[in-house]
Amino acid sequence: MEPVKVKNDEVDLRVTIGSLELQNPVMTASGTFGYAREFEDFVNLHRLGAVVVKGISLAPRVGNPPPRIVETACGMLNAIGLENVGVDRFISEKMPYLSALGIPVFVNILGDSVEEYSRIAERLAQVEGVAAIEVNISCPNVKKGGVAFGADPKMAAAVTAAVKQSCQVPVIVKLSPNVTDVTLMAKAVQEAGADAVSLINTLIGMAIDLRSRRPRLANIIGGLSGPAIKPVALRMVYQVAQVVTIPIIGIGGITTAEDAMEFMLAGASAVQVGTANFVNPRASEDVVDGIAAYVREQQLGSVRDLIGALRVG
Amino acid sequence: MSQFQKKVELVRSEVIARDVVRLTLNAPEIAAAALPGQFVMIQIAPGKDPLLRRPFSIHQTSSEGTLQILFKVVGRGTELLAHAKVGEQLSLIGPLGKGFVLGEPGNACLVGGGMGIAPMLFLASRFQQLAKQGSAPKVILGARNRDELAPLIGDFKNLGLEVLAATDDGSLGHHGLVTDVLKKINLSPDFTVYSCGPRPMMAAIHHLCLKENIRCQVSVETVMACGMGACLGCAVPLKAGGYAHACSDGPVFEAGELLWSL
Repeated sequence: MEPVKVKNDEVDLRVTIGSLELQNPVMTASGTFGYAREFEDFVNLHRLGAVVVKGISLAPRVGNPPPRIVETACGMLNAIGLENVGVDRFISEKMPYLSALGIPVFVNILGDSVEEYSRIAERLAQVEGVAAIEVNISCPNVKKGGVAFGADPKMAAAVTAAVKQSCQVPVIVKLSPNVTDVTLMAKAVQEAGADAVSLINTLIGMAIDLRSRRPRLANIIGGLSGPAIKPVALRMVYQVAQVVTIPIIGIGGITTAEDAMEFMLAGASAVQVGTANFVNPRASEDVVDGIAAYVREQQLGSVRDLIGALRVG
Repeated sequence: MSQFQKKVELVRSEVIARDVVRLTLNAPEIAAAALPGQFVMIQIAPGKDPLLRRPFSIHQTSSEGTLQILFKVVGRGTELLAHAKVGEQLSLIGPLGKGFVLGEPGNACLVGGGMGIAPMLFLASRFQQLAKQGSAPKVILGARNRDELAPLIGDFKNLGLEVLAATDDGSLGHHGLVTDVLKKINLSPDFTVYSCGPRPMMAAIHHLCLKENIRCQVSVETVMACGMGACLGCAVPLKAGGYAHACSDGPVFEAGELLWSL
C-alpha cells in the first residue's frame, strides 16, 4: 500500500511551554543566533518554534579580550564574556525587527545580582513581542563572592522568584551543568515558580597550547559546546525529567533532527539548536524539516508522542 | 546584502609554493556578489571534527563564476583542505564581512605580506577595472623568499601592474620588509594604503601612514566560529575601547580605529 502523503503543515508539531503554544519544538540557543537578523539570508525564520536571542544585561557589556574561542574535538570552547548591547539598546534597536517576525521571541537575561535580573525583567515585561524570558543563572553572584547563581539551589530559587514577580510572561530557567546534582537545581527553580527549565548551558573547560605553554583562551577557562557535550546533556535532561513536572527544553550538541528527537525521548518538550548554527546557519530549519519528516514517516499523531517516550527496562 | 550557503565544486587545486595552496571553486552566486576584502567560510570536512568552518579571504573571482582562495598549510584544517580533490563538493558561506573602501586607483597603494597577498589580487583587479589610462595602483608585495613570492607577483603582472617586491632573505627584490619599500616611495598624503599581512607588518605600516598623514585600511585575521556576527568570537580591540568584530564590522578596518599596542 502506498504510504499516506501528508503535507508538512499537516503534521502536528505543536508543543507547549507554560502558557505558550509553539508551532514546533525547535528554537535557537541564546548566543548562537545573534538577534536573528544575522541569519535571515539562510533560514526562513518564520518556520522556527521560537528564537532565543543573545543574553541581555542591564548595562551593555564589552566582553572578554581575545582569543575568545577555540575549537576542540567535536566542539568548541568560548569565553565571550557575555558581550551584549544592554537592555535599552536591545529594546530600541533589536526588538522592532524581532517582533515583526511574528514568531515567539524568548529573551535570555543575565545579571550579577538578584536586583539586576528583576530590573531587566521589568523592562522587558513592558515590551511587545517578548513571549518569554529565559534566565541565564550561570553568571557569578557578585554580592556572594562570585559563586554562580546556578550552583546554589537557594540563589537559583531567589533569582527565579524575583524574575517571576517582575513579569507576566513565562519564565524559563536555563540550568548550569557545572553542579554536582542538576536535579536539585531543577526542583528548586520549579518550586520558585519557573514555568520551564532549559538545559544544559556550556560545560566549563580549558585548552592549552603546549608550544607556548599558554591557555588558548585569554580568559583561561571557557564554556564547552557542540556535539562533544551531547551525551552529558541527554543524561541531565533525562535525570531532570524524573523530578520535575514543568516542561524541559533540551540543549547540548544538537545538530540534526535525530539529536533533537533523542532529547525529546529523554523528556524534553522542546529543544534548542546552538553551536550547530555556526557551522550550518540553516541548522535550526533543517531540524524542523527532519522532525516533520520523522513524524510523518512514523505516522505519529503528534510530535508530542515523543516526549519522555524513552523505553527503559 | 545577499549572502549564500552553497555546495560548490572544487575545479582546480594548485600548489603555488611549499605549503601554499590555491583552490578554484565554481561558486557563481558568491563570486558575483563578492567585493574585495570580503571572505568566505569553508567547511573543511563532512562530519563533526574539525567542527568549525575556516575563514578565507577571497583571492580572485572570475566572470565565469569561479572564486579562488589562497592559503598556507598551518594546521589541521588547512592541511585537510590542501588535500581536497578536484571534483569534490565543498560547502561555502559568503560573501561575508565588509571589504575595502575603494578610492581613486591612481592614489592607491596595495601592500601585501605573505598570505596577506591573497585579498590584494582581488583588490588590484577591481582597481584595474576602475582605472583610467595611466592611473594604476602601486603594489608592494613581500614574502619569506623568491619561491613564495614569484608565482604571486606573476598574477599582478598579468593585470598589467608593476610590483615592488621585498623578501626576508633578499632572494627577490628588496632584502627586508615591505615597510622599507613603502617608506622609500614617499607617498603623498592624497594616497590610501590598503594592507593585509602579519600583524607586526600592518602595525608598522599603520605607524608610517600615521606619521605621513596617509589614510590606511587594513584587513585583519582572527579566529572565527560563525563568520556572520553571531558568536562574537572574533573580537578586535579598538583604540576607543571595547571591541569590534572582524566578521561583521571588518575584516577591513581603518587602521587608526584599531588598538595596535597589545
